[in-house]
Amino acid sequence: MWNETVIKMIGIGILETLYMTFLSSFIAYLIGLPLGVLLVTTDQDGIAPRPLLNKVVGVIVNLIRSVPFIILLITVMPITRFIVGTTIGSNAVVVPLILASAPYIARLVESSLKEVDQGVIEAAQSMGANTKQIIFKVLLPEAKPSLVIGSAIAITTILGYSAMSGFVGGGGLGDIAIRYGYYRGETQIALVTVILMVLIVQAIQELGDRWMRRTDKRLN
Amino acid sequence: MLSIKYYFNTVLSEIMEVEDLKNLKPIIELVGLSKTYQSKDNTVKALENINLTIYEGEIFGIIGLSGAGKSTLVRCINLLERPTEGAVLFDGANLASMEKKELLKARQSMGMIFQQFNLLMQRTALDNICFPLEIAGVSKKEAKQRAEELLEVVGLSDKANAYPSQLSGGQKQRIAIARALATRPKVLLCDEATSALDPTTTRSILSLLKEINQKLGITIVVITHEMKVIEEICNRVAIIDKSQIAEVGEMEEVFVKPKSKIAKQLIFSKDTHIDSFVGEHKCRIIFDGRTSFEPVIANMVLECKTPVNILFADTKDIDGKAFGQMVIQLPDDELSRKRIYAYLNSNQIIYEEVKDDVE
Ligand SMILES: Nc1ncnc2c1ncn2[C@@H]1O[C@H](COP(=O)(O)OP(=O)(O)OP(=O)(O)O)[C@@H](O)[C@H]1O
Ligand SMILES: [Mg+2]
Repeated sequence: MWNETVIKMIGIGILETLYMTFLSSFIAYLIGLPLGVLLVTTDQDGIAPRPLLNKVVGVIVNLIRSVPFIILLITVMPITRFIVGTTIGSNAVVVPLILASAPYIARLVESSLKEVDQGVIEAAQSMGANTKQIIFKVLLPEAKPSLVIGSAIAITTILGYSAMSGFVGGGGLGDIAIRYGYYRGETQIALVTVILMVLIVQAIQELGDRWMRRTDKRLN
Repeated sequence: MLSIKYYFNTVLSEIMEVEDLKNLKPIIELVGLSKTYQSKDNTVKALENINLTIYEGEIFGIIGLSGAGKSTLVRCINLLERPTEGAVLFDGANLASMEKKELLKARQSMGMIFQQFNLLMQRTALDNICFPLEIAGVSKKEAKQRAEELLEVVGLSDKANAYPSQLSGGQKQRIAIARALATRPKVLLCDEATSALDPTTTRSILSLLKEINQKLGITIVVITHEMKVIEEICNRVAIIDKSQIAEVGEMEEVFVKPKSKIAKQLIFSKDTHIDSFVGEHKCRIIFDGRTSFEPVIANMVLECKTPVNILFADTKDIDGKAFGQMVIQLPDDELSRKRIYAYLNSNQIIYEEVKDDVE
């Protein structure tokens, strides 16, 4: 059972998983980070209140977040085909992964930015800072440690989502686990892939923690 | 007719003189200022028809009890809070009617410091001071130079690279003061700037503010709920009570002759109470007519700076001479007692120590 093909397959699975996870995380952050900033700044008590816009974005974010990933995965297939040209393989899974995680990231970013002391924002306002300056010089830098921790959470969550993509032949460790463990009953291979995923999650979490500790000037 | 004119002229010249003396140029004028907070089911009138003029170069205090509206008032001065009614004139221009851009620019001429310091936690002390300069579009190099200058002013040059989490409260407030001064503002607004500090640190921060006022000529507005802060540095004071100005005047005038009820309450409720008297030592003072009837006890208390307790007194004023006796209880601490005896001796007042109960 543990022949070269299987080991190679698992090796490729690891790479595919990492590829899916990091590519989707990256693109999802490109969408989710600005959305999170928008949710905070346009809030009723934010630095540039736009209650209507805030409400609309908030509702859309919640809507997407409330759809189970597995359903999202299937329903967005037409869009995936349009963008990627296929509905199977790692690239195809990246589309639903981004769609599912961007709103999640927006909420994570929102909660990180809300931790920034209101007094510090007020101090910046008292110096005549405009909205853009407050976002880039106060909110984001002051929330950086929390954003870093948030990103570790987001990436590990996306990694978990990516495992589900096995159901549509998405590749990666999750795919292997489902094919061998669920369909063929080869529990050993399934177990190994699960352990590998646990290790990857641990590693990402650990890296996030270390980075946070190094970046947070409140701690040293 | 002539005399009226003459009188008028002297009054006028007197006013002028005062004006010269105090350089009475208004820097901040609040005219008919009101602020109402409106929420779904209630409205809070935080400020009601506030009229105040703060002059260039003075240290102006605003004192009041918690919830009186002090913070709302300072926040209205730089329009962090938009007044519901009235005008805020800064250097003659109405902030409330300014374009956003203009207002942001004007705020650079008004520094502000806070009770909780509000430093950027992820920036060093030096970079915190550079922050308002970055906002104002000053070049990095120039900003750094200015920041180093200011670190010198607040006496923390050695903490340039420290993060706020590595500084004490007093040091944080000094950095915050340096930061507020970076853009060379005309006014420094202080909202409870010393309320989170211990008495010694408070005093050092207050003397720094005084120094800044005198050396740099910056007008300072001090918000506080502590009378001793006003007493220590303010030239003039406004007392705010229940959203309104109860009294405004020269600090000493208000302290000596408070008119409003709230002023009296604030001034006389200072910690003047004496810990309950436990002194075992008593002393009988005898007035045999040789001393004139001057306020011996009052003078003694003032001179020795120690309280005594009058247990018994039977004195008469005969032809301006004092006759009779008085028994006073002395403080427990020996030094104070010695001071009292020394005072009595040097004033040739006859006394004797009393061991037993007073009859
Ligand atoms: N954003 C707000 N919304 C509603 N009410 C407010 C708001 N800010 C202040 N108030 C109310 O306005 C009144 C004055 O508040 P303010 O903070 O100015 O008092 P203060 O004199 O600074 O008190 P303290 O000494 O406790 O700081 C209070 O009754 C307060 O509850
Ligand atoms: Mg207050």
